[in-house]
Amino acid sequence: MSKLTLKTEGDTQIIVTRRFAAPPKAVYRAHTEPNLIQKWLLGPEGWTMPVCISEPTPGGMIRYEWSNGKGGGFYLTGEYVELEPYSRIVHIERMHLPEPTPDNHVETRFDPDGAGTLMTMRMTLPDTQTRAAMLATGMERGMEASYVRLEGMVPNG
Amino acid sequence: MDVLDGGFAALADPTRRAILARLAQGEATVMELARPFQMSQPAISQHLKVLEDAGLIVRRAEGARRPRRLAKGALDAMEQWLAMLRRTLEQNYDRLDQVLADMQEDTKGESQ
Repeated sequence: MSKLTLKTEGDTQIIVTRRFAAPPKAVYRAHTEPNLIQKWLLGPEGWTMPVCISEPTPGGMIRYEWSNGKGGGFYLTGEYVELEPYSRIVHIERMHLPEPTPDNHVETRFDPDGAGTLMTMRMTLPDTQTRAAMLATGMERGMEASYVRLEGMVPNG
Repeated sequence: MDVLDGGFAALADPTRRAILARLAQGEATVMELARPFQMSQPAISQHLKVLEDAGLIVRRAEGARRPRRLAKGALDAMEQWLAMLRRTLEQNYDRLDQVLADMQEDTKGESQ
């Protein structure tokens, strides 16, 4: 049974929640430290992240580059906006496919949940149209450019 | 499934997914599709060509109009694409569970 939830709110937001057994400090670090990000933010089997730049300070740069090892790849760029160790991250990101996707404004919260963490990620897209693009038909389940890519898509966070 | 194979690259673009989402509500002409996207008609036409080549949409002739609509199977392709996205997201977080467990092990090791 999936621990992941995805839902929409208002016209432009997508909210993802996921529980983790580890405390907020560890989950926060795994979202901001390059050597940790490279271990999990990979998408489908076979993809790796050879380049991972994460400067977790306000205005700091984000750049993730993914490769499938067969010449396929794509990348994401972004900037950190606000950081409250170890409870909250606000950043902006866009995928390059290679045309850049509209900016996705992302707030990620890490709240204590027993001995673990409840992560809540709130993505705000520029307009309804862009969100619709992220959530096509069955839409509550869909999430997207922001997270994944196959044959051209993978995750970011 | 041919629609899926050809469809994935077509579905990789957010504008094209938005076009499909719009067409899921009913057929539309290029002009009608271009309006909400604030894109030129040639730009929209290019996206429509990709979708058409992928077998996700079809056009019909009605006088001078060439309205597009979803092809049979397009919704299934999008459903499956979204399900794959979700699975990928889940794979990421499952991997993160393991990374977090390893971090905890390391911490224990250091404190011993």
